[in-house]
Amino acid sequence: MNRLVFAVPFALAVLVLAFGYWGLSNGRDPSSIPSALISQPVPDFALEPIEGVDTPGLSTADLKGQGLTLVNVFASWCGPCRAEHPILTRIGREQDLRIVAINYKDQPAAAADWLEELGNPYALIGSDLSGRTGIEWGVTGVPETFIVSNDGIVLHRFPGPVVGDGQRRFQKALDAAKAAQ
Amino acid sequence: MRRLALILCLLLATPLVAVEPDEVLDDPVLEERAREISAEVRCVVCQNEPIDSSNAGVARDLRLIIRERLVAGDTNQEVFDYLVARYGDFVLFNPPWRPSTYALWLGPFIILGLGFLAVIMALRGKSGQLTASLTPEEQARLEALREKDGS
Repeated sequence: MNRLVFAVPFALAVLVLAFGYWGLSNGRDPSSIPSALISQPVPDFALEPIEGVDTPGLSTADLKGQGLTLVNVFASWCGPCRAEHPILTRIGREQDLRIVAINYKDQPAAAADWLEELGNPYALIGSDLSGRTGIEWGVTGVPETFIVSNDGIVLHRFPGPVVGDGQRRFQKALDAAKAAQ
Repeated sequence: MRRLALILCLLLATPLVAVEPDEVLDDPVLEERAREISAEVRCVVCQNEPIDSSNAGVARDLRLIIRERLVAGDTNQEVFDYLVARYGDFVLFNPPWRPSTYALWLGPFIILGLGFLAVIMALRGKSGQLTASLTPEEQARLEALREKDGS
């Protein structure tokens, strides 16, 4: 009986500590927001092309029946977007993936210059001047990259730049998505 | 006196809000509801702040969307549902009561209850030990002392 009195709080303390450890390890980011869109069809939206850029705009219909597609949310004013741009470009080229983009709250001229300078790996780009489409996608900030299946289902949301460890985690999600196709 | 004035100033200062004048609705009733809702919605950028007091761009967009939806005739619940569909339960400061949140809502009370239980058990164990540990001689001495004290 006496032993139990000590064992119960001890066991509880171990449980709480183990939960804390689990919560903070494995690259789990306590501040990252789980996406509500996973396994859901892509939201309804239709975006015009960026003014002054030849790439056509992006809408919901463009994400169905087109194979596995990456949807990159970027802006020319966003530093990490610049960092991940060559990596995404390479992933698209080497893994033969279709990449489309949502240009989030950007000045059309600045976005055009940015694409001119860094290259344009995107098949389609929608210009989301108001940020409303970003909210439909549950975007919290740029950059964000979504993996969308051939059926237009959101398979993965990757917040933050696809660089370094992020690139490794993104590739893991991408491999899982490819295997599921 | 000056200190008193300072304290009064601090006490009377309006609470910090980020709602900008151009966002405010003409209808005071709807505006009041919008404020109530946005106090309950977590900003997805600066996560410990409600969108009502956040200066983040997304927070402003969400405040505007809440007002648009209220003007369009949505109930408060419909507005919350709209936000949850896009950002998940995470945006609610007040998590809903459902199987996945039972542990969250009940956990503290269960732990508190276990704590009480442990305290009660510990106290019982102690008092039991005390009475059991008196030998007949000790008991006799105690009686004698008590009698002496009483007289």
